[in-house]
Amino acid sequence: MTNKEYVEIINRVSGTDVQKCMKCGKCSGRCPAFKDMDIKPHQFVSLLAKGKIEVLMESKAIWNCLSCMACVERCPRGVAPAAVVEAVRDTVTRMQGNNGIKAEEIPPIVDELIPQQLLVSAYRKYNK
Amino acid sequence: MVKISYYPGCTLKTKAKDLDVTARLCAKALGVEMDEIENWQCCGAVYPMGTDEIATKLSAVRALDYAKHNGGKLLTLCSACHNVIKRTNEDMKKNDDIRFRANNYLQLDEPYGGETEVLHYLEMLKTVVGFDKIKQAVVKPLNRKIGAYYGCLLLRPSGVMAFDNPENPTIIEDFIRAIGGTPVVYPFRNECCGAYVSLKNGNLPKEKSRKVLTSAKEKGAEEVITACPLCLYNLQVNGDNILPVKYFTELLAEALGVQV
Ligand code: SF4
Ligand code: SF4
Ligand code: SF4
Ligand code: SF4
Repeated sequence: MTNKEYVEIINRVSGTDVQKCMKCGKCSGRCPAFKDMDIKPHQFVSLLAKGKIEVLMESKAIWNCLSCMACVERCPRGVAPAAVVEAVRDTVTRMQGNNGIKAEEIPPIVDELIPQQLLVSAYRKYNK
Repeated sequence: MVKISYYPGCTLKTKAKDLDVTARLCAKALGVEMDEIENWQCCGAVYPMGTDEIATKLSAVRALDYAKHNGGKLLTLCSACHNVIKRTNEDMKKNDDIRFRANNYLQLDEPYGGETEVLHYLEMLKTVVGFDKIKQAVVKPLNRKIGAYYGCLLLRPSGVMAFDNPENPTIIEDFIRAIGGTPVVYPFRNECCGAYVSLKNGNLPKEKSRKVLTSAKEKGAEEVITACPLCLYNLQVNGDNILPVKYFTELLAEALGVQV
Protein backbone atom coordinates (compact mmCIF):
# COMPACT_ATOMS: atom_id res chain seq x y z
CA MET A 1 0.00 0.00 0.00
CA THR A 2 1.18 3.51 -0.75
CA ASN A 3 1.54 6.29 1.75
CA LYS A 4 -1.25 8.15 -0.04
CA GLU A 5 -3.64 5.21 0.43
CA TYR A 6 -2.85 5.06 4.16
CA VAL A 7 -3.41 8.78 4.56
CA GLU A 8 -6.76 8.54 2.77
CA ILE A 9 -7.94 5.63 4.87
CA ILE A 10 -6.86 7.16 8.19
CA ASN A 11 -8.65 10.38 7.30
CA ARG A 12 -11.80 8.51 6.38
CA VAL A 13 -11.80 6.21 9.43
CA SER A 14 -11.24 9.18 11.77
CA GLY A 15 -14.45 10.78 10.51
CA THR A 16 -12.94 14.19 11.17
CA ASP A 17 -11.59 16.90 8.87
CA VAL A 18 -8.03 17.72 9.91
CA GLN A 19 -7.86 20.52 7.33
CA LYS A 20 -10.17 22.56 9.55
CA CYS A 21 -7.53 22.75 12.31
CA MET A 22 -6.28 26.28 12.94
CA LYS A 23 -3.38 25.15 15.16
CA CYS A 24 -4.58 26.95 18.28
CA GLY A 25 -3.34 24.16 20.58
CA LYS A 26 -6.40 24.15 22.82
CA CYS A 27 -6.70 20.37 22.48
CA SER A 28 -3.17 19.88 23.82
CA GLY A 29 -3.75 22.40 26.59
CA ARG A 30 -6.59 20.29 27.93
CA CYS A 31 -5.04 16.84 27.36
CA PRO A 32 -4.60 14.96 30.68
CA ALA A 33 -2.04 12.65 29.05
CA PHE A 34 0.01 15.61 27.75
CA LYS A 35 3.29 14.55 29.37
CA ASP A 36 3.00 11.03 27.99
CA MET A 37 2.03 12.16 24.48
CA ASP A 38 5.32 12.23 22.56
CA ILE A 39 3.31 13.80 19.74
CA LYS A 40 0.85 16.26 21.28
CA PRO A 41 -2.77 16.20 20.09
CA HIS A 42 -2.46 19.40 17.99
CA GLN A 43 0.73 18.10 16.39
CA PHE A 44 -0.96 14.78 15.73
CA VAL A 45 -3.71 16.53 13.78
CA SER A 46 -1.36 18.72 11.77
CA LEU A 47 0.99 15.82 10.95
CA LEU A 48 -1.90 13.88 9.46
CA ALA A 49 -2.94 16.98 7.50
CA LYS A 50 0.60 16.98 6.07
CA GLY A 51 0.41 13.25 5.33
CA LYS A 52 3.29 12.38 7.69
CA ILE A 53 1.83 9.15 8.98
CA GLU A 54 4.95 7.03 9.64
CA VAL A 55 5.88 9.11 12.66
CA LEU A 56 2.27 8.89 13.92
CA MET A 57 2.18 5.12 13.53
CA GLU A 58 5.42 4.77 15.49
CA SER A 59 4.41 7.19 18.24
CA LYS A 60 3.85 6.45 21.92
CA ALA A 61 0.87 8.79 21.77
CA ILE A 62 -1.35 6.14 20.17
CA TRP A 63 -0.89 3.98 23.28
CA ASN A 64 -1.18 6.73 25.88
CA CYS A 65 -4.26 8.60 24.67
CA LEU A 66 -7.06 7.99 27.18
CA SER A 67 -9.98 8.57 24.76
CA CYS A 68 -11.24 11.00 27.39
CA MET A 69 -12.65 13.34 24.72
CA ALA A 70 -11.40 16.47 26.49
CA CYS A 71 -9.65 17.57 23.29
CA VAL A 72 -12.80 17.07 21.23
CA GLU A 73 -14.78 19.08 23.77
CA ARG A 74 -12.35 21.99 23.57
CA CYS A 75 -11.69 22.24 19.84
CA PRO A 76 -13.21 25.45 18.48
CA ARG A 77 -13.09 24.10 14.92
CA GLY A 78 -15.01 20.86 15.39
CA VAL A 79 -11.93 18.68 14.86
CA ALA A 80 -11.71 15.45 16.88
CA PRO A 81 -8.04 14.80 17.73
CA ALA A 82 -9.03 11.70 19.76
CA ALA A 83 -10.59 10.17 16.65
CA VAL A 84 -7.44 10.86 14.64
CA VAL A 85 -5.33 9.10 17.28
CA GLU A 86 -7.75 6.17 17.29
CA ALA A 87 -7.76 5.90 13.49
CA VAL A 88 -3.95 5.66 13.48
CA ARG A 89 -3.95 3.12 16.33
CA ASP A 90 -6.61 1.04 14.57
CA THR A 91 -4.50 1.06 11.41
CA VAL A 92 -1.46 -0.12 13.36
CA THR A 93 -3.20 -2.83 15.44
CA ARG A 94 -4.96 -4.22 12.38
CA MET A 95 -1.57 -5.21 10.94
CA GLN A 96 -0.63 -8.75 11.78
CA GLY A 97 1.52 -9.06 14.89
CA ASN A 98 0.97 -5.48 16.02
CA ASN A 99 -1.34 -5.91 18.97
CA GLY A 100 -0.55 -3.57 21.84
CA ILE A 101 -1.15 -6.15 24.54
CA LYS A 102 0.15 -9.71 24.50
CA ALA A 103 -2.01 -12.29 26.27
CA GLU A 104 0.96 -13.51 28.32
CA GLU A 105 1.51 -10.03 29.74
CA ILE A 106 -1.89 -10.07 31.42
CA PRO A 107 -1.83 -12.71 34.20
CA PRO A 108 1.10 -11.18 36.13
CA ILE A 109 -0.62 -7.80 36.37
CA VAL A 110 -4.11 -9.01 37.16
CA ASP A 111 -4.97 -8.45 40.80
CA GLU A 112 -7.98 -9.36 42.95
CA LEU A 113 -9.76 -6.08 42.30
CA ILE A 114 -9.34 -5.67 38.56
CA PRO A 115 -12.75 -5.09 36.92
CA GLN A 116 -13.69 -6.96 33.74
CA GLN A 117 -14.29 -3.55 32.24
CA LEU A 118 -10.57 -2.78 32.34
CA LEU A 119 -9.59 -5.98 30.55
CA VAL A 120 -12.34 -5.61 27.96
CA SER A 121 -11.60 -1.96 27.26
CA ALA A 122 -7.83 -2.46 27.01
CA TYR A 123 -8.31 -5.37 24.63
CA ARG A 124 -10.71 -3.39 22.52
CA LYS A 125 -8.39 -0.40 22.36
CA TYR A 126 -5.07 -2.13 21.89
CA ASN A 127 -5.80 -5.35 20.04
CA LYS A 128 -7.59 -6.33 16.85
CA MET B 1 -44.10 0.81 40.34
CA VAL B 2 -42.54 2.11 37.09
CA LYS B 3 -40.81 -0.60 35.05
CA ILE B 4 -37.75 0.29 32.93
CA SER B 5 -35.62 -2.01 30.74
CA TYR B 6 -32.15 -2.27 32.28
CA TYR B 7 -28.75 -3.10 30.80
CA PRO B 8 -26.39 -4.22 33.62
CA GLY B 9 -23.18 -5.03 31.68
CA CYS B 10 -20.56 -7.65 32.44
CA THR B 11 -18.70 -5.90 35.25
CA LEU B 12 -21.83 -5.34 37.31
CA LYS B 13 -22.40 -9.08 37.28
CA THR B 14 -18.89 -9.78 38.57
CA LYS B 15 -16.46 -7.34 40.25
CA ALA B 16 -18.98 -4.53 40.58
CA LYS B 17 -21.89 -6.53 42.03
CA ASP B 18 -22.25 -3.96 44.81
CA LEU B 19 -23.13 -1.31 42.25
CA ASP B 20 -25.82 -3.47 40.64
CA VAL B 21 -27.34 -4.84 43.84
CA THR B 22 -27.58 -1.54 45.70
CA ALA B 23 -28.95 0.22 42.61
CA ARG B 24 -31.76 -2.32 42.17
CA LEU B 25 -32.78 -2.28 45.82
CA CYS B 26 -32.77 1.51 46.02
CA ALA B 27 -34.73 1.86 42.78
CA LYS B 28 -37.33 -0.53 44.15
CA ALA B 29 -37.58 1.45 47.36
CA LEU B 30 -38.15 4.55 45.22
CA GLY B 31 -40.82 2.95 43.04
CA VAL B 32 -38.80 1.88 40.00
CA GLU B 33 -38.38 -1.70 38.88
CA MET B 34 -35.21 -2.34 36.87
CA ASP B 35 -36.20 -4.96 34.35
CA GLU B 36 -33.01 -6.68 33.16
CA ILE B 37 -33.17 -7.21 29.40
CA GLU B 38 -32.87 -10.72 27.99
CA ASN B 39 -29.71 -12.08 26.38
CA TRP B 40 -27.67 -8.92 26.67
CA GLN B 41 -24.03 -9.11 25.66
CA CYS B 42 -21.02 -7.16 26.86
CA CYS B 43 -21.04 -3.75 25.18
CA GLY B 44 -17.28 -3.73 24.68
CA ALA B 45 -16.64 -1.05 27.32
CA VAL B 46 -15.20 1.52 24.92
CA TYR B 47 -17.02 3.27 22.11
CA PRO B 48 -15.28 2.44 18.80
CA MET B 49 -14.65 5.78 17.11
CA GLY B 50 -13.52 4.37 13.75
CA THR B 51 -16.22 5.07 11.16
CA ASP B 52 -15.64 1.62 9.65
CA GLU B 53 -16.33 -0.24 12.95
CA ILE B 54 -19.65 -2.09 12.82
CA ALA B 55 -19.30 -5.48 14.52
CA THR B 56 -18.10 -3.81 17.74
CA LYS B 57 -21.31 -1.75 17.88
CA LEU B 58 -23.82 -4.55 17.35
CA SER B 59 -24.17 -5.62 20.97
CA ALA B 60 -25.30 -2.10 21.89
CA VAL B 61 -27.71 -2.00 18.94
CA ARG B 62 -29.25 -5.33 19.99
CA ALA B 63 -29.85 -4.06 23.51
CA LEU B 64 -31.30 -0.81 22.19
CA ASP B 65 -33.63 -2.63 19.83
CA TYR B 66 -34.83 -4.90 22.63
CA ALA B 67 -35.61 -1.87 24.79
CA LYS B 68 -37.42 -0.20 21.88
CA HIS B 69 -39.96 -3.03 22.06
CA ASN B 70 -39.98 -3.11 25.85
CA GLY B 71 -40.98 0.28 27.12
CA GLY B 72 -38.86 2.49 24.85
CA LYS B 73 -36.25 3.38 27.48
CA LEU B 74 -32.95 1.68 28.29
CA LEU B 75 -31.53 2.24 31.75
CA THR B 76 -27.74 2.04 32.22
CA LEU B 77 -25.63 2.25 35.36
CA CYS B 78 -21.95 1.64 34.55
CA SER B 79 -20.56 4.89 33.05
CA ALA B 80 -18.78 2.93 30.33
CA CYS B 81 -21.88 1.02 29.22
CA HIS B 82 -23.76 4.30 29.20
CA ASN B 83 -21.15 5.99 27.02
CA VAL B 84 -20.97 3.13 24.51
CA ILE B 85 -24.72 2.62 24.26
CA LYS B 86 -25.62 6.28 24.06
CA ARG B 87 -23.00 7.09 21.42
CA THR B 88 -23.98 4.04 19.38
CA ASN B 89 -27.61 5.12 19.59
CA GLU B 90 -26.61 8.52 18.21
CA ASP B 91 -24.89 6.79 15.27
CA MET B 92 -28.04 4.78 14.60
CA LYS B 93 -30.03 8.00 14.61
CA LYS B 94 -27.71 10.27 12.62
CA ASN B 95 -25.16 8.24 10.67
CA ASP B 96 -26.77 6.79 7.52
CA ASP B 97 -23.82 4.57 6.71
CA ILE B 98 -23.58 2.97 10.17
CA ARG B 99 -27.35 2.58 10.43
CA PHE B 100 -27.52 0.91 7.03
CA ARG B 101 -24.67 -1.50 7.69
CA ALA B 102 -25.79 -2.45 11.21
CA ASN B 103 -29.34 -3.10 10.05
CA ASN B 104 -28.12 -4.92 6.97
CA TYR B 105 -26.29 -7.31 9.27
CA LEU B 106 -28.91 -7.71 11.98
CA GLN B 107 -31.96 -8.14 9.72
CA LEU B 108 -34.41 -7.16 12.47
CA ASP B 109 -38.15 -7.34 11.84
CA GLU B 110 -38.10 -3.57 11.61
CA PRO B 111 -34.84 -1.61 11.11
CA TYR B 112 -33.51 0.13 14.23
CA GLY B 113 -33.05 3.89 13.86
CA GLY B 114 -32.17 5.18 17.32
CA GLU B 115 -35.72 5.25 18.68
CA THR B 116 -34.83 4.15 22.23
CA GLU B 117 -34.13 6.72 24.93
CA VAL B 118 -30.92 5.89 26.84
CA LEU B 119 -31.16 6.89 30.46
CA HIS B 120 -28.41 6.73 33.06
CA TYR B 121 -29.43 5.74 36.59
CA LEU B 122 -28.57 9.24 37.84
CA GLU B 123 -30.81 10.75 35.15
CA MET B 124 -33.52 8.32 36.21
CA LEU B 125 -33.19 9.49 39.83
CA LYS B 126 -33.46 13.09 38.71
CA THR B 127 -36.24 12.87 36.10
CA VAL B 128 -38.27 9.75 36.90
CA VAL B 129 -38.06 9.73 40.72
CA GLY B 130 -37.08 13.34 41.45
CA PHE B 131 -34.46 14.51 43.98
CA ASP B 132 -37.21 15.98 46.17
CA LYS B 133 -38.85 12.61 46.52
CA ILE B 134 -35.49 11.04 47.38
CA LYS B 135 -34.97 13.68 50.05
CA GLN B 136 -38.30 12.74 51.62
CA ALA B 137 -37.42 9.03 51.53
CA VAL B 138 -34.08 9.49 53.34
CA VAL B 139 -34.09 7.98 56.84
CA LYS B 140 -30.42 8.50 57.62
CA PRO B 141 -29.07 11.77 56.19
CA LEU B 142 -25.36 11.42 55.44
CA ASN B 143 -23.80 14.25 57.34
CA ARG B 144 -20.51 14.04 55.51
CA LYS B 145 -18.49 16.00 52.99
CA ILE B 146 -18.63 14.06 49.75
CA GLY B 147 -16.78 14.65 46.50
CA ALA B 148 -18.52 13.66 43.26
CA TYR B 149 -16.19 12.06 40.73
CA TYR B 150 -17.69 12.35 37.25
CA GLY B 151 -14.68 11.19 35.26
CA CYS B 152 -15.08 11.51 31.53
CA LEU B 153 -17.49 8.90 30.25
CA LEU B 154 -20.72 10.38 31.61
CA LEU B 155 -19.95 13.88 30.34
CA ARG B 156 -18.09 13.65 27.06
CA PRO B 157 -18.58 14.20 24.21
CA SER B 158 -21.22 16.52 25.61
CA GLY B 159 -22.94 17.07 22.25
CA VAL B 160 -23.94 13.40 22.30
CA MET B 161 -24.03 12.55 26.00
CA ALA B 162 -26.11 15.65 26.93
CA PHE B 163 -25.70 14.52 30.54
CA ASP B 164 -24.76 17.78 32.19
CA ASN B 165 -22.55 20.83 31.68
CA PRO B 166 -19.22 19.11 30.80
CA GLU B 167 -17.09 21.75 32.54
CA ASN B 168 -19.30 22.45 35.53
CA PRO B 169 -21.64 19.52 36.14
CA THR B 170 -24.06 19.57 39.08
CA ILE B 171 -26.20 16.42 38.96
CA ILE B 172 -24.10 14.35 41.39
CA GLU B 173 -23.80 17.33 43.76
CA ASP B 174 -27.61 17.63 43.68
CA PHE B 175 -27.80 13.91 44.41
CA ILE B 176 -25.44 14.32 47.38
CA ARG B 177 -27.62 17.12 48.77
CA ALA B 178 -30.72 14.94 48.35
CA ILE B 179 -29.20 12.22 50.54
CA GLY B 180 -28.27 14.75 53.21
CA GLY B 181 -24.56 15.10 52.45
CA THR B 182 -22.52 18.20 51.72
CA PRO B 183 -21.09 18.18 48.19
CA VAL B 184 -17.47 19.22 47.79
CA VAL B 185 -16.64 20.77 44.43
CA TYR B 186 -13.03 20.21 43.40
CA PRO B 187 -11.18 20.95 40.16
CA PHE B 188 -10.35 17.42 39.05
CA ARG B 189 -13.83 15.92 39.33
CA ASN B 190 -14.30 15.76 35.55
CA GLU B 191 -10.71 14.82 34.71
CA CYS B 192 -9.94 11.31 33.47
CA CYS B 193 -8.58 8.78 36.00
CA GLY B 194 -6.30 7.13 33.45
CA ALA B 195 -8.79 4.59 32.14
CA TYR B 196 -7.62 1.46 30.28
CA VAL B 197 -4.07 2.80 29.98
CA SER B 198 -3.53 1.08 33.39
CA LEU B 199 -2.80 -2.10 31.47
CA LYS B 200 -0.27 -0.52 29.14
CA ASN B 201 1.43 2.27 31.06
CA GLY B 202 0.62 2.01 34.75
CA ASN B 203 2.35 5.26 35.69
CA LEU B 204 -0.10 7.46 33.84
CA PRO B 205 -3.23 6.31 35.75
CA LYS B 206 -1.24 6.43 39.00
CA GLU B 207 -0.45 10.07 38.50
CA LYS B 208 -3.96 10.93 37.27
CA SER B 209 -5.78 9.10 40.07
CA ARG B 210 -3.63 10.61 42.79
CA LYS B 211 -4.29 14.06 41.40
CA VAL B 212 -8.05 13.47 41.52
CA LEU B 213 -8.04 12.28 45.12
CA THR B 214 -5.54 14.86 46.34
CA SER B 215 -7.61 17.61 44.76
CA ALA B 216 -10.80 16.29 46.45
CA LYS B 217 -9.06 16.01 49.81
CA GLU B 218 -7.61 19.52 49.64
CA LYS B 219 -11.12 20.88 49.15
CA GLY B 220 -12.27 19.02 52.25
CA ALA B 221 -13.91 15.87 50.92
CA GLU B 222 -14.04 12.90 53.31
CA GLU B 223 -14.91 10.43 50.58
CA VAL B 224 -15.43 10.27 46.83
CA ILE B 225 -18.24 8.62 44.87
CA THR B 226 -18.37 7.33 41.31
CA ALA B 227 -20.64 5.45 38.89
CA CYS B 228 -17.82 3.68 37.10
CA PRO B 229 -16.12 0.38 38.15
CA LEU B 230 -12.92 1.37 36.35
CA CYS B 231 -12.79 4.78 38.06
CA LEU B 232 -13.30 2.99 41.36
CA TYR B 233 -10.49 0.56 40.61
CA ASN B 234 -8.03 3.18 39.38
CA LEU B 235 -8.74 5.51 42.28
CA GLN B 236 -8.56 2.74 44.88
CA VAL B 237 -5.53 0.91 43.58
CA ASN B 238 -3.52 3.99 42.63
CA GLY B 239 -4.88 6.31 45.24
CA ASP B 240 -2.76 5.20 48.23
CA ASN B 241 -5.87 5.42 50.43
CA ILE B 242 -5.85 9.19 50.16
CA LEU B 243 -9.64 8.98 50.45
CA PRO B 244 -12.20 6.16 50.50
CA VAL B 245 -13.96 5.66 47.14
CA LYS B 246 -17.46 4.19 46.87
CA TYR B 247 -20.24 3.70 44.37
CA PHE B 248 -22.87 6.44 44.61
CA THR B 249 -25.56 3.76 45.01
CA GLU B 250 -23.90 2.47 48.18
CA LEU B 251 -24.42 5.87 49.76
CA LEU B 252 -27.98 6.00 48.46
CA ALA B 253 -28.69 2.65 50.10
CA GLU B 254 -27.17 3.88 53.35
CA ALA B 255 -29.30 7.04 53.32
CA LEU B 256 -32.50 5.21 52.42
CA GLY B 257 -31.84 2.59 55.08
CA VAL B 258 -32.03 -0.13 52.45
CA GLN B 259 -30.63 -3.42 53.75
CA VAL B 260 -28.27 -5.10 51.31
S1 SF4 C 1 -8.69 11.93 24.10
FE1 SF4 C 1 -6.51 11.50 24.11
S2 SF4 C 1 -5.61 13.20 23.04
FE2 SF4 C 1 -7.66 13.83 23.57
S3 SF4 C 1 -7.40 14.90 25.48
FE3 SF4 C 1 -7.90 12.78 26.01
S4 SF4 C 1 -5.94 11.79 26.25
FE4 SF4 C 1 -5.56 13.72 25.19
S1 SF4 D 1 -8.11 22.49 19.31
FE1 SF4 D 1 -8.82 21.96 17.26
S2 SF4 D 1 -8.19 23.68 15.99
FE2 SF4 D 1 -7.05 23.85 17.91
S3 SF4 D 1 -5.12 22.76 17.48
FE3 SF4 D 1 -6.52 21.27 18.37
S4 SF4 D 1 -7.48 20.32 16.62
FE4 SF4 D 1 -6.57 22.19 15.87
S1 SF4 E 1 -18.83 -1.38 29.91
FE1 SF4 E 1 -18.35 -2.88 31.05
S2 SF4 E 1 -19.42 -3.41 32.25
FE2 SF4 E 1 -20.28 -2.24 30.80
S3 SF4 E 1 -20.81 -4.17 29.60
FE3 SF4 E 1 -19.53 -3.13 28.87
S4 SF4 E 1 -17.66 -4.01 29.41
FE4 SF4 E 1 -19.03 -4.73 30.47
S1 SF4 F 1 -12.60 8.54 34.49
FE1 SF4 F 1 -11.64 6.89 34.02
S2 SF4 F 1 -12.73 5.05 34.14
FE2 SF4 F 1 -13.85 6.65 34.66
S3 SF4 F 1 -14.94 7.46 33.19
FE3 SF4 F 1 -12.96 8.30 32.60
S4 SF4 F 1 -11.83 6.78 31.97
FE4 SF4 F 1 -13.59 5.98 32.78
